[in-house]
Amino acid sequence: MTDEGPEQQPAPPERGDVLVAEQEAGGQKTRDTIGDILRSDHPAVVTVLAVICAMIVGAILIIASDSATREAAGYFTAAPMDTISAAWDAVKDAYIALFQGAIYNPNAPQALSPISETLVYATPLILAGLSVTLAFRAGLFNIGAQGQILMSAALAGYIGFAWHLPAGIHIIVAIVGGIVGGAIWAAVAGLLKAKTGAHEVITTIMLNYIAVFFVNWLLTERWFQAPPYNQAQSRTVAGNAQFWHLMGSDLRVNFSFILAIAATVFVWWLLKYGTFGFRVRAVGANQDAARTAGMSVASTYIGVMIVVGALCGLAGVSQILGTANNYQVTASVDGGVGFTAITVALLGRGTAWGTFAAGLLFGALSAGSGQLQVATQTPPDLVQVLQALVVIFIAAPGLIRLIFRLRRSKSAGSAVLAKGWNG
Amino acid sequence: MSPELGKSDAIVESSVDTVEVSPGEVVTQHLVEVRMSTRRRIGIGVAIIVIGLIVALALAASAGSHSTRFDLNGANPGVSVPKFSLPGVTVIVICGVLIVLLGIAQLARGFGKRTMRWVGIGVAVLFLLGFLTWAGTEGKQPIQVGSLLQQTLFLATPLILGAMAGVMCEKTGVINVAIEGQMLFGAFAGALFGTIASNWVGLLAAVVIGALVGALLAVFAIKFMVNQVILGVVINAFALGLTGYLFDAIMANNGGGTNQPSVFNPIKIPVLGDIPVVGSLLFDQTIITYLMYVIVIVIDVMLVRSRWGLRTRAVGEHPKAADTVGINVLRLRYQNVIIGGGIAGLAGAALTIGSVGQFNKNMTSGQGFIALAALIFGRWTPRGALGAALFFGFASALQTALSLLATPVNIDSNLLQMLPYLATIFAVAGLVGRVRAPAADGEPYVKG
Repeated sequence: MTDEGPEQQPAPPERGDVLVAEQEAGGQKTRDTIGDILRSDHPAVVTVLAVICAMIVGAILIIASDSATREAAGYFTAAPMDTISAAWDAVKDAYIALFQGAIYNPNAPQALSPISETLVYATPLILAGLSVTLAFRAGLFNIGAQGQILMSAALAGYIGFAWHLPAGIHIIVAIVGGIVGGAIWAAVAGLLKAKTGAHEVITTIMLNYIAVFFVNWLLTERWFQAPPYNQAQSRTVAGNAQFWHLMGSDLRVNFSFILAIAATVFVWWLLKYGTFGFRVRAVGANQDAARTAGMSVASTYIGVMIVVGALCGLAGVSQILGTANNYQVTASVDGGVGFTAITVALLGRGTAWGTFAAGLLFGALSAGSGQLQVATQTPPDLVQVLQALVVIFIAAPGLIRLIFRLRRSKSAGSAVLAKGWNG
Repeated sequence: MSPELGKSDAIVESSVDTVEVSPGEVVTQHLVEVRMSTRRRIGIGVAIIVIGLIVALALAASAGSHSTRFDLNGANPGVSVPKFSLPGVTVIVICGVLIVLLGIAQLARGFGKRTMRWVGIGVAVLFLLGFLTWAGTEGKQPIQVGSLLQQTLFLATPLILGAMAGVMCEKTGVINVAIEGQMLFGAFAGALFGTIASNWVGLLAAVVIGALVGALLAVFAIKFMVNQVILGVVINAFALGLTGYLFDAIMANNGGGTNQPSVFNPIKIPVLGDIPVVGSLLFDQTIITYLMYVIVIVIDVMLVRSRWGLRTRAVGEHPKAADTVGINVLRLRYQNVIIGGGIAGLAGAALTIGSVGQFNKNMTSGQGFIALAALIFGRWTPRGALGAALFFGFASALQTALSLLATPVNIDSNLLQMLPYLATIFAVAGLVGRVRAPAADGEPYVKG
């Protein structure tokens, strides 16, 4: 209430301390039998059950919107089996289509193309998800992935189409340009947080809007826009700056997926062994303790936001130099990844490889949504509902415990440290 | 004595009354204006002077030769006031010089923290007056101040309601990032039930579904103790996915059978609506806007002056203490979060049955987040959030108005649209700085 009152320091969160202790004790954890793990709320168990729960809720939605089922329900009392079999068919067809779009489709001309699509969709999700994960570990909430990806794609795209450099050098310069674009955009938020205390949630949201309008403006400028200047798309990135395909030119999967793997290794290493990563975790767990230990909270915020932005920069690079967007900057070059990346990071529970796996899962769902619509006329938004439900169920292990009567175990709990406003 | 000090006193009021103190023991506290550091003082002073110089030199130099006409009447004025004109360049120069003077005063001796807010508002108003005058110096059309303000209120209404939903939740200690999702559900339900029943049923449905999403938020946040920021983001994703899914499944191919609600018409309040300028602006509005007035006033008054408000603030600041004196912390949190959800649902209804009627996928397009920003920008107070939401509304309205106007120098509309967001960053960094949420905001409460 009072603005005059002395700046109250929030009570140090106990959870962070517990976490650090848990991680240190990780080596000598008592070994559980597989049976114990299956009956406890081990993260893997909760994840699988959460996916199952989400699919059940999704099935209800599919049934409710399926016209054949509704027709059969009209004479439910006369022939109840008709309704049930229609509902079963609708659900089965939808999930088979999802699988065929994401993993393996025996009827497709290219049997590997679903996997390739999954990896194309997963790449920016993994990269931006890693960015959000790293910010979470520092106690920061990066809603600004969208803006960072847009700025990165705009800069990398500009270098890609406007500069003329020899093969090899061109693509490296474009990648660096994208990383710098994303890093600068995020660093603004980090700098404001460190120097003035402006909350990163507000500044990153505002920076998102500014980036959107900035890219829209670029797309009306002659030096950026593709001739004949009647569509909001940029010129096309030169061949020298395009990522090479990994599985033949027919399949879209490209080198950016290798970048995603490298970034995952980097973030994993940073959080586990890096000195800077230790500072990030310390500030995230308890910034008062970190300050007392002689760490500079302000410079950690700035530093971590630069890395966070660089990761989103890589996501932008994958969107513009990879196959995802036809090598052209458009207003939607970010592919809506910015917000999905937050759910990916949540599903990944604050770890690098968790985020990688979550990105693959969400990438598969996105890739499958196309086939879902083509084959069964189910709206592709179903996938988004499924994604949200999975995360809801995972974020509430208490609910899964309640439904499946699991035992509470020590290994549960996530390392995501999204702080409240006073954090 | 400042109103804020009075507010904080309210919390200890009851104990003060019962303690007998001899005159010698009374400690008088004086409010001391906190001065800012020299570097900050000079920085802000220079920034203000630069703004003033931009107005006095750049705007004045590029202005057209005509005088600017202003039209204060809105769309349907009851009693219209005559248009008037101001000498263009003179007014611009005067505004610029006044801003520079304020900047010099800041540079020389520095304003206190409290006065600074008014100085900031003063600079903004002078800048706007100068800017609007400049925009009209081509002399082709008058500056439609009346309809600009009407548009401001129209665009700000969902933002204000969204921010009030945030106040309800966060004052009681539950972070609500899900305003966006609640609005989206409200907008959807408003359009759907507004079509198949009537717009009044749509309004009710929007509030109910908003409250249901609020209840979902409450159960997960309070019972299952899910991290509330995470929860909000996920509920937003869920809302976006589910309304998008239902839109495709029910609305898209139905020829308007489920997505063509009748919209609310403005209702003119008999006497008040005939006041020149103000009447058509404030008292010729739809039912949703009137509900918004009521909600803002009720929350603002009740938070400070009622038992409910005192308890809400106590639970948001120190739930353990509140529990100790017998307040049911969890029940109050459930209640407030559910009411807040209903208000956010109403905000969503403002977007469909309060304006265009039809629902579209992702039609909130981030307005819930803007409402959240307004809440934080306004320091978690109803009045502050109202002001911030009006500012956002004004900025969008101004952008639309300018795009229709022949300004002396053509401004790209995309760059213009950035301005409110840039201004927010400056304001948050320069004027608001470190804000303090209710102390227990986002902390689940475990008894014992």
